[in-house]
Amino acid sequence: MRELLEKIRADAKAQLSDNDADIEALRVRYLGKKGELTAVLRGMGKLSAEERPLIGQLANEVRADIEAAIEERRQEMQERLLELKLKKEKIDVTLPAEGELGHIHPLTMTQRELEDIFIGLGFSIVEGPEVELDYYNFQALNIPENHPARDTQDTFYITDNILLRSQTSPVQVRTMEKQKPPIRIISPGRVYRSDAVDATHSPLFHQLEGLVVDKGISMGDLKGVLELFAKQTFGEETRIRFRPHHFPFTEPSAEVDVSCFACGGKGCRICKGEGWIEILGAGMVHPNVLRNCGIDPDVYSGFAFGFGIERIAMLKYHIDDMRLLYENDTRFLGEF
Amino acid sequence: MNLSLNWLSEFVPGAKEIDAKSYCDRMTDTGSKVEGYDVLANDIENVKVARVTSMTRHENSDHLWVCQCDIGDRTVQIVTGAQNVFEGAIVPACVAPAKLPGGVSIKAGKLRGVESNGMLCSINELGLTEHDMPGANDKGILILGEEFADKVGCDIKDALMLRDTVVEFEITSNRPDCLSVIGLARESAVSFDLPLQLHTPVVKGSGDSVKNYLAVTDEAPDLCFRYTARVVKNVKIAPSPLWLRMRLRAEGVRPINNIVDITNYVMLEYGQPMHAFDYACLDGSEIIVRRAGENELFRSLDDKDHTLDPSMLVIADSKKAVALAGVMGGANSEITESTKTVVFESASFLGSSVRVSAKKLGMRTESSSRFEKGLDPENTLPALERACELVELLEAGEVVDGIIDLYPTKKAAVTLPLDADRINRFIGVDLTKEYMAEILRKLEFKVSDDLSELTPPSFRSDIECIQDVAEEIIRIYGYNRLESTYIGGTMTRGGRTPRQALEAKLAPTMAALGFDEIQTFSFISPKYYEKIRLPEAQRRSVVISNPLGEDTSVMRTTALPSMLEVLARNDNFSNEKARLWELASVYIPHENREELPDEKKLITVGMYDNCSFYTLKGVCEKLFELFGILGVTYTARTDDPSYHPGRCAEAIAPDGTCLGVLGQVHPAVTNNYGFTREVFCAELDLPAMFAHINHTPEYSPLPKFPAITRDFSFVCDDELEVGKIEEVMSRAGGKLVESVRLFDVYRGQQLGEGKKSVSMRVTLRAADRTLTVEEADKASQKILNALNAQLGIGLRG
Repeated sequence: MRELLEKIRADAKAQLSDNDADIEALRVRYLGKKGELTAVLRGMGKLSAEERPLIGQLANEVRADIEAAIEERRQEMQERLLELKLKKEKIDVTLPAEGELGHIHPLTMTQRELEDIFIGLGFSIVEGPEVELDYYNFQALNIPENHPARDTQDTFYITDNILLRSQTSPVQVRTMEKQKPPIRIISPGRVYRSDAVDATHSPLFHQLEGLVVDKGISMGDLKGVLELFAKQTFGEETRIRFRPHHFPFTEPSAEVDVSCFACGGKGCRICKGEGWIEILGAGMVHPNVLRNCGIDPDVYSGFAFGFGIERIAMLKYHIDDMRLLYENDTRFLGEF
Repeated sequence: MNLSLNWLSEFVPGAKEIDAKSYCDRMTDTGSKVEGYDVLANDIENVKVARVTSMTRHENSDHLWVCQCDIGDRTVQIVTGAQNVFEGAIVPACVAPAKLPGGVSIKAGKLRGVESNGMLCSINELGLTEHDMPGANDKGILILGEEFADKVGCDIKDALMLRDTVVEFEITSNRPDCLSVIGLARESAVSFDLPLQLHTPVVKGSGDSVKNYLAVTDEAPDLCFRYTARVVKNVKIAPSPLWLRMRLRAEGVRPINNIVDITNYVMLEYGQPMHAFDYACLDGSEIIVRRAGENELFRSLDDKDHTLDPSMLVIADSKKAVALAGVMGGANSEITESTKTVVFESASFLGSSVRVSAKKLGMRTESSSRFEKGLDPENTLPALERACELVELLEAGEVVDGIIDLYPTKKAAVTLPLDADRINRFIGVDLTKEYMAEILRKLEFKVSDDLSELTPPSFRSDIECIQDVAEEIIRIYGYNRLESTYIGGTMTRGGRTPRQALEAKLAPTMAALGFDEIQTFSFISPKYYEKIRLPEAQRRSVVISNPLGEDTSVMRTTALPSMLEVLARNDNFSNEKARLWELASVYIPHENREELPDEKKLITVGMYDNCSFYTLKGVCEKLFELFGILGVTYTARTDDPSYHPGRCAEAIAPDGTCLGVLGQVHPAVTNNYGFTREVFCAELDLPAMFAHINHTPEYSPLPKFPAITRDFSFVCDDELEVGKIEEVMSRAGGKLVESVRLFDVYRGQQLGEGKKSVSMRVTLRAADRTLTVEEADKASQKILNALNAQLGIGLRG
């Protein structure tokens, strides 16, 4: 009987195949209710009382052994199947991805960055109408009718009294009319001037102007704010230079240059050999402007500055033609 | 304004020592902005004054001459083809190697076998014109005349006074005094701390009396503050001398004749435009300064006819206008070759009046652009005297004694306090009162002995307040010596308003959804409305009265055409796919043209390639969700002429407000833009969206009890909107309905033409208990009953 059991063990193991059905048949044949091992066990009654536990133990061992072998083979097969499946599922990882990220327009990106710089300095953002009254665009800003300064900003008119704002300064006036100092605002937005379209001109462009009015504001404060702005926009090494200028709405007035961020001031193609790049106009708010808005220039003082967002964007991203910004070619937009 | 540095050195002798670059930099720093400078005649090298001592025919040519030229220290042989050269002629000669304007270089060589060591020059070759060298022409060699006999051997640049450096200034509109050599000399002297040597003109006179010639009346003292005039008789019109011509040339003014050149010279030197009349043309021997008559006719010097009106000031005689004050003289009193007696006018007019006249008549002149900035009445007389002094110097005529000077009201000088503390605080510096006074005095301000008060000079009418004085001090002290400080005073909060913050989220959100942001012009062509088939009634726009062109002549009331333009452009560029959006302003005109329009922002979305109405709807839904707008429904819109009648919807807020339109663009419209493919666009109304924000994030507990789902499939008419079915199901199921969701739509032959099968999954849940099957069955039955009753549809068999 011992031999019989050992034979069953050896036969069963030897006959283990790689076919699921065969394995099941094998299990039934040896371990099933009518299987060979069961048949052997049934014949155990004939054994002596000494032999019976020994054979019983062996039979159990054989059963466990066969079961383990079957289990092991099944495991192996599953692993092999999975392996096969995974192999079949192989993909070409170099194929293109689905879906694309869109792009924020370079003007918007620049405007947001600039806004954030000034927000960090306690400025609020104020907006105002683009179709504006002559009063807010010119008269309140110390530019009466027939003032020669009107020539420097060729203006689109709707009626005699309504125009397309040529600067965002009307927003400053509207703010000062409504709000008592301290005032610390920026006004970004579209402005319009009668310039034909070319690589550096556009009849519509964006400006960002700033205004600070409070007691004791000095021109040194203006320089401090602009220096912070320049360093944040063009890099820590940037220096600024003031040149006296004239704007009717500020006194003193200045044009402000930044040291060329490309060459550091040595002179290069970007700064046209100057070492400096003109970037904005600024000055101390003219007392007439304050007075026009009901603010006493003997008590309060303030400064204002303004620059073109296109100009900053073009410098920042090395865009050499302004028309690209309004053409909206997706190949161009995709570069940002 | 161009400035000859030779001319400048007459008033600031020390300026000669400064190199041009340093000069320009410092002038810019003190407020006279330099655009650039030009070293004149820099391109002429080794051209000498030569005397042709002998001429022989070229042995191999019948038109060439072989000239022996004395150039002072030696004689050189030069072959010329010119036929106006003669033995003994004094001519400019290039002595090889030499250079001429235009990058021409002259080398020694042989001309048809005969050695030539240079070239004789014409005016053109020297970069001169017939105006610069009267009597010369470009057909032959420039013959210099015997007055150059002692210049033989000299460099031509010295002999013809061509050496100069011209600095180009950009003068701001508040400083018309700097549109003159004297004005810039004053600024230069202060900027470099050099002495200024001004000259007082001296006129000898010739007896006689101006009263015998002329009477002047100022009938419009509000427009003409001062009128001065002198008469010159026995005038001999002739070219001006070389030095004067070269001065004018350096400044870019064309020499004409002595009298005209004198008026130009004085304008450049003093900044005071002058006019010269031919006395013989003045009827009644008088000048009347008056307003023009209504429709008065006037022919200007340039032979153009103008119709005047009473807002314009004219200089007239007893019968007619002879000049448009400050703008241009009349053709009827022009200086000609035969002029014998001249009236010089030097006057001061109201700037805005000159500006309006010039603008109305479309004739901006050198004179009007100066007058319109407001000129100093005190400057008229010195300028007049200088003109007469030059007449005597040039022997151009005899100056009649006596001056006409009408100066009814002298403008009172402004007196301002010299408040050093306030100026220091305002600028952020710490300068002494004495230092301030020193700068101001150099700028010709009068400062009282106790330094308490100051009076600006008459030519500085731009100085009106203490801030103006502060600028004078700080620009000379140096803007760039200011210390940067940081704004003190009251703290301000800053930041974006909630709406601005939400608006700022749009760009990154749209980018994450795969959309590129565009920016388009706010003005469009009125024809664009036609292109999108906008109904006539909606085309009224804010119209620009002076547009650049039709393409940019009206402020858009819709941003759809701009989006379609950009889509079409990208399609043209063969960009396969486009997903675009814009935050676009539109301008809705007010009924009253004198009121400002309603400006509002729209979100426009546009796309083509691999997309459908539902792609677009998805974007809109996400934007509504971003804003926190719940309960938006979509209603089919069939009558928007810009959109496909079967693929267009309005997004409707719960209160019925339309938040926007979305759909496939009408094929007739895309056709207008040259598209052959399907294009989808949406226009969402940003203010309406802001007004319908009805959800702010807040926690509500997640469900504790399980849900029961039931699936229903129906066959219905294809026309029946799923939205309608959904609505009926939700309402019928009552409180227990958590969601109703479409999971399949099927159309097929076995369903029959015009039918579809719709499968919906309803999720039922109670917040406080586990639903029983009975409850779910009851709800399902209610849903089925309602569908049957309201829509006539039942479960698919």
